[in-house]
Amino acid sequence: MAGIRPAFMFPVAILVSLVAVFAIHLYQVGIEGKVVSDLPSALINKPAPTFNLPPIDGKGAGFSSKQLAGIVSLVNVWASWCPPCRAEHPQLMRLAREGVTIYGISYKDTSAAARAFLTELGNPFKSIGADRFGRASIDWGVYGYPETFVIDRRGHIRYRHVGPISADDISDKIYPLLESLGK
Amino acid sequence: MTRHLFQRIGVLILAICLAAGSIVMAVEPVEILADAKLEARARAISADLRCLVCQNQSIDDSDADLARDLRLVVRERLTNGDTDAQIFEFVAARYGDFVLLNPPFNARTILLWGGPAGVFIIGLIGVMIYFRRRGINPDQTVPLTADEKRQLNALLDEKTER
Repeated sequence: MAGIRPAFMFPVAILVSLVAVFAIHLYQVGIEGKVVSDLPSALINKPAPTFNLPPIDGKGAGFSSKQLAGIVSLVNVWASWCPPCRAEHPQLMRLAREGVTIYGISYKDTSAAARAFLTELGNPFKSIGADRFGRASIDWGVYGYPETFVIDRRGHIRYRHVGPISADDISDKIYPLLESLGK
Repeated sequence: MTRHLFQRIGVLILAICLAAGSIVMAVEPVEILADAKLEARARAISADLRCLVCQNQSIDDSDADLARDLRLVVRERLTNGDTDAQIFEFVAARYGDFVLLNPPFNARTILLWGGPAGVFIIGLIGVMIYFRRRGINPDQTVPLTADEKRQLNALLDEKTER
């Protein structure tokens, strides 16, 4: 009974490593602030979908995929009825003040509610397209609101953030990426 | 008379509950296609697409807004003559392979699909090694030393003397 036999240790080692993998994934939420259920976009490094959305209140220009070419920009999918969108709005206002181009996709909203939201909290968007039925958002692979995409000069999606953007997200992820894209 | 009436009402309520139970699903009546064959395909496809809002339900089961939108997209594309494969491709192109509840076999899912077979093979090898060792061992028994033989004989002699 002196040493433990390796033949016995082998399955135990497998079990311990499996438990470790599961534990890491389970508690990853707490570690890097990364939510395990946040999915990477299927469209990363692929061209943004083609769309042509009308303006939210029927006046002026809306937002079409043509506007994404030749400029580094953010695309934010939001709704006036979505509390996290309200929570992140000051961060979008700050980005806009600091010269970042942000386009908005207004998700399943009425023109009056969307307009009232922007009147109250400010409008950080260069232009906004109304996605009344959520079809354009499906083309973007949107599943949670708000979602923010970083688009490079070629009009390709480089990053997708699900949920409200925090000041840390901006300094840790968005600004470094914008800088590397030559913004 | 009143007892009969109550009984009848009871049976009626029970019948309604049972009937309702059999048709409980997330698909709303307005979504259902007139063509029964297409609708059956739509149901089958929806059952294999993950609802990304809930992540552990198919869009066929989920009441989430996005699941409903996707069910409508599936039906719209079916009506336009898409094949099942084209529809899965359409959704996966937007939401990634994670959306497919029946994941494809590729480099990223090799561990998923190959894992059970791999574990089985490792186990089989382990069992083979175990039995081979046990089979070999009798031939490898160490013969008794001269001293041990003497001891054994002494014990046996002692027994026979008695």
